Amino acid sequence: MGILESKVPEGTLADKWENHKFSMNLVNPNNKRKFDIIVVGTGLAGASAAATLGELGYRVKAFTFHDSPRRAHSIAAQGGINAAKNYTNDGDSVHRLFYDTVKGGDYRSREANVHRLAEVSVNIIDQATAQGVPFARDYGGLLDNRSFGGAQVSRTFYARGQTGQQLLIGAYSALMRQVAAGTVELHTRAELLDVVKKDGRACGIVVRDLLSGEVTPHSAHAVVLATGGYSNVYFLSTNAMMCNVTAAWRAHKRGAYFANPCYTQIHPTCIPASDDFQSKLTLMSESLRNDGRIWVPSAFDDARPAGDIPEGDRDYYLERKYPAFGNLVPRDVASRNAKTVCDEDHGVGPLKNGVYLDFADAITRNGLDAISEKYGNLFDMYQRITGENPYEQPMRIYPAIHYTMGGLWVDYHLMTTVPGLYSIGEANFSDHGANRLGASALMQGLADGYFVLPYTIGDDLAGQLGNPVVPVDDPVFTTAVAGIEDEAHRWLSINGTRSVDHFHRELGRIVWDHIGMARNGPGLEKGLSEISALRSEFHSDVRVLGSADTLNQSLEKAGRVADFFELAELMARDALERSESCGGHFREEHQTPEGEAQRDDDNFAHVAAWEWNGEDTVQTRHREELTFETVALSQRSYK
Amino acid sequence: MSGSHGETINVTLKVWRQTSADAPGGFETHQQAISTDASFLEMLDLLNEELNAAGKEPIAFESDCREGICGTCGVMINGRAHGPQKATATCQLHMREFADGDEIVIEPFRAAGFPVIRDLAVDRSPLDAIIEAGGYISVNTGAASDANLTPVPKVAADQAFDAAACIGCGACVAACPNSAAQLFTSAKIGHLGLLPQGQAERWSRTEAMVETMEEFFGSCTNHGECTEACPKEISLDFIALMNRDYMKAKVKNRALTGQH
Repeated sequence: MGILESKVPEGTLADKWENHKFSMNLVNPNNKRKFDIIVVGTGLAGASAAATLGELGYRVKAFTFHDSPRRAHSIAAQGGINAAKNYTNDGDSVHRLFYDTVKGGDYRSREANVHRLAEVSVNIIDQATAQGVPFARDYGGLLDNRSFGGAQVSRTFYARGQTGQQLLIGAYSALMRQVAAGTVELHTRAELLDVVKKDGRACGIVVRDLLSGEVTPHSAHAVVLATGGYSNVYFLSTNAMMCNVTAAWRAHKRGAYFANPCYTQIHPTCIPASDDFQSKLTLMSESLRNDGRIWVPSAFDDARPAGDIPEGDRDYYLERKYPAFGNLVPRDVASRNAKTVCDEDHGVGPLKNGVYLDFADAITRNGLDAISEKYGNLFDMYQRITGENPYEQPMRIYPAIHYTMGGLWVDYHLMTTVPGLYSIGEANFSDHGANRLGASALMQGLADGYFVLPYTIGDDLAGQLGNPVVPVDDPVFTTAVAGIEDEAHRWLSINGTRSVDHFHRELGRIVWDHIGMARNGPGLEKGLSEISALRSEFHSDVRVLGSADTLNQSLEKAGRVADFFELAELMARDALERSESCGGHFREEHQTPEGEAQRDDDNFAHVAAWEWNGEDTVQTRHREELTFETVALSQRSYK
Repeated sequence: MSGSHGETINVTLKVWRQTSADAPGGFETHQQAISTDASFLEMLDLLNEELNAAGKEPIAFESDCREGICGTCGVMINGRAHGPQKATATCQLHMREFADGDEIVIEPFRAAGFPVIRDLAVDRSPLDAIIEAGGYISVNTGAASDANLTPVPKVAADQAFDAAACIGCGACVAACPNSAAQLFTSAKIGHLGLLPQGQAERWSRTEAMVETMEEFFGSCTNHGECTEACPKEISLDFIALMNRDYMKAKVKNRALTGQH
């Protein structure tokens, strides 16, 4: 097993980043314009990185497969963004945010990365505010904070229930300012389909224009992937319809190791599925857990309407089992408990696939107006989807896949195992360990894009000064372009009987059943063989109609679903090999007597990073040992 | 609202098909049985599955988050941008808003500024051009002071937010008889112009954005259809604010008053 070099700098934890900023190589301001950088993806991480690199003077090409950078799925984040500002004077600090994040991640993240994240968190709030992000304010005009997702301090900044939207619009506007300034060349409706290397180093990408079908090469001194997570491998998730793993996966097939694919996060507060035609699941911000109380009927299969069930017949199971944290236990704990009560036939709703999230007490305590001010847009959304009024009857919620902690392995510089290829935001594996805390995704995306990558990328580029980019007529590019053109024609020529969506939905069912909220050895083995069998059928029986030289949404999806199939197998293997429970990875064989995740620190306090060895060949599992100098490993307890 | 929980209704869909911007288009009629719990776009998903199974190319339409926030979706439903339900994007519309036997006419957003790409998908990139013209506050990364240094009156922050809620879907343009983009543009100008951070570039921003808007879109004649169609209910007041600011930007001696 190879050893991965994390390149974590020397020194005490709190000084590492400051010292490292001084010791890294710099690119002189006049030389920055000599470097081309490709940024793929324009969500929070990609837009903030492209804008900042443009401001610094680099020549940036930004790519998005959406029609506009503003559509990226970061926009859907509702709850908020953490920062160690301690504006509320309740004892928060950089160290506490660092500590909470490492603990919340169940001790499977790199201490130095997480500390850096906590350090720069404060700058993000300053930057976003200066851009005009309308964070919530109190009557004195200063910024308001709330407690969120299990934190015992109020460190979460928010913009109604639309924090992701507002932060993305901030980053998008910064990006468009650089487009106007000519430092960023923006390519919309362009989907990355290959990463190109020359002499072992990333030298560019191949993209397909989603409107014309034209496949074009683009070269650069460095390539940055900010292409999000892979929750849609489950088909039903809270991710947007187009979210996919293709950019990360194709980089993986070109030599970038893929780390911890089995670390997936189930969000506890989503609207339950209502039928077979369900196309996606909708998340209700977990800020709702600050005021809502979660319960199920104590009796099995109690069919009475919620309002007719007296207090004595209700089981507020989180408050009962976890008196200290109650309804604010971390996401994985809340999710597994919801699954347990539904599996035990206490579920509510027409399909018995939900638990109640009840605001009656909060409305009595704070008044309807106060609750409406905080959650109005979420309540409205719930009512539009379900036809039920949450001011009058409790919401029904159930866990759904929401975020993926795994992703491309990166070192402290956010560089993958391919020199010159970087990965930022949800696409990398770096900061959340085995479980991400609420309001930390926006923080990490923007930290990487605004304040980390723009520093670290210079260290490597400085050594490239004077090297021209690889010309796009080089055989490495022409071969890659031909390969992608062939791929499109292959999908169109199969002419089978079942649609891409059909296979995607079936794949999602297998992944949810066997690599979902709880996993076990025999189930994972079964999942592996089912995925493999379905994958063969997919490649021989999928039906993609139309042509490659126009907007063809089935054709786009075919390539993405093919990559999901390969990823799903790797997820199962990773989950099998990790014979412990940690965070979002719950192996039923490894639980405490109370049913909580039982880690095995002696054998698994490491990152598993997988190396691609070619089609139909088992991948090689590499390890990066995790060392904890500051935080003592302990069993998480929220009682 | 007519359908009850889980009821199946039969509807007649007249869907616009067009292979490219230059090709002629026309309506195609389909019968669809659908649960009232399905979303409108899930109904189109189902129809596409049936078309694919029958060897016919699926209908191209755009959507992404399906939570009403990304602004990717948007079609004309019975002549209304995003359909019959107020303050609701197409993706959030559910079939319980329709009745058994309804005929539903589905078209792309119609505006000269939004050429059809294929079927129900249109090109809304001129909206990005308006933002590029000045829809930002010029602050480089790292140049910001502490976020609490400048208090922002809550009422200003709230008003700015009401404007910032715009999702950039383009329904305002599609609903306008003049295909004007005043509501979209004024939402961004209002968002930034109401905040202390946005004052330094207030007049130049307004001028640049309004004049870029006019390159692509028609003129506003105060019909108010835009705000009716807006899934975020952006107020017409922002158009009034934009018009006042544009006038001021044009008549002010900005250099002499120390303004940009």
